[in-house]
Amino acid sequence: MTAMADIEVAAPDKIVIHPVWVRITHWVNALAMIVMILSGWQIYNASPLFNFIFPPSITLGGWLAGALLWHFAAMWLLAVNGLVYLAFGLATGRFARKFFPIRPREVLADTRAALAGKLSHDDLSVYNAVQKLLYVGVIVAGILIVLSGLAIWKPIQLQELTTVMGGYDAARYVHFVAMAVIVGFLVVHVALALIVPKSLRAMLRGR
Amino acid sequence: MARIRKPIPGVDPKLLIKDAGKLLPDPTRRLFLRGGASLGALTFLTGCDIVDGLSAEKALRKISEFNDGAQALLFSAAKLAPTYPQSAITRPFPFNAYYGPDDAPEVDGKDYALEVGGLVDNKKKWTLDELYALPEVSQITRHICVEGWSAIGSWQGARLSDFLQRVGADTRAKYVWFQCAEGYSNTIDMPTALHPQTQMTFKFDNQILPRAYGYPMKIRMPTKLGFKNPKYVVAMHVTNTDLGGYWENQGYNWFSGL
Repeated sequence: MTAMADIEVAAPDKIVIHPVWVRITHWVNALAMIVMILSGWQIYNASPLFNFIFPPSITLGGWLAGALLWHFAAMWLLAVNGLVYLAFGLATGRFARKFFPIRPREVLADTRAALAGKLSHDDLSVYNAVQKLLYVGVIVAGILIVLSGLAIWKPIQLQELTTVMGGYDAARYVHFVAMAVIVGFLVVHVALALIVPKSLRAMLRGR
Repeated sequence: MARIRKPIPGVDPKLLIKDAGKLLPDPTRRLFLRGGASLGALTFLTGCDIVDGLSAEKALRKISEFNDGAQALLFSAAKLAPTYPQSAITRPFPFNAYYGPDDAPEVDGKDYALEVGGLVDNKKKWTLDELYALPEVSQITRHICVEGWSAIGSWQGARLSDFLQRVGADTRAKYVWFQCAEGYSNTIDMPTALHPQTQMTFKFDNQILPRAYGYPMKIRMPTKLGFKNPKYVVAMHVTNTDLGGYWENQGYNWFSGL
């Protein structure tokens, strides 16, 4: 922290792309999400919804009870960190500034440009339309995975929420689909961060 | 809150290996978090085996106890489990245990006498005829397994809170402990024991409970996961000591409320 503050003082002309609350909540979320996903796969395997299971070697927990212990421990980290992130994002106006507006025409144009390898990454402080859509989409998936998780965990105490999710059994599918969306995002997100390493640096150092 | 690990009489470890494939990884491995397979992914991600099995398990169990408290706070006696019409009953209703249906306990109803002990005024034993004479309540509710699947069943029997009152139980006590014929056991919190839908069950779908579903008595708690609903119950004790339970002692969450 001290080192980062020094850099900011030493180079006041450089804009901070990601304030410190974004960086902390980003990495805490990354850890919590990975624990939730890997333990969640083990839990899924105990009663699969589809005709496949996740290879046990890439799951967390060793067996169902172990996976549940991890899952219901990391949920606190995920939920509390997520609430802090949403509160800061709304209160500071960062969401409004960075993520909106999302115009369909720009999304199409930027998608074409991205696929052609012609999307500019010169200014990391401005998100292109595809980025906006993906980031907002994964935040929505994150909210959905927490709500559907609560609906599965507490289908009686929180039965109104379970009803909104379409009932206990449907909530399991919602939870699974939200996981799939997040994992899909994760793959693209990590791949792009590796292709544009300065974006990774910005999430570590702020600039 | 001491969690006493009770020996489990009458449980054949070979049966455990054969039939608990989904729930138990390897009964000889007490430390379920240790081992390459369980932490392989984290090791891969971090490049080093940072999580020592024993300390990780201890920490996770502490958080699980914290979660017991959180669930007790969230539990409301007024929240009833949703009920369903007759047509929604899952048929056939699944048999589920850590042993196969052929190995389920066979309790002789003629000799059966429910033992009632601990913090109660009247410790007389209850025969099946006496239990069947108790006022009957009925419910069609969803049974939810810790594995994730669920099934809707129909159960009839006596309300546990009425029975506890009848035997002069100290309902300020913290727990009710159930012992089952095959050695299975469960401890539940008193608020759940007093929940209006918690039932001493003698019938499934208006027929005397078949052996597979827990003859002669099961405790039906729609507000708890399936494994907290003991079958083949032979004794109940009102107590201030948490006597643990078969799966709880192995790492499943103690409260396991829904």
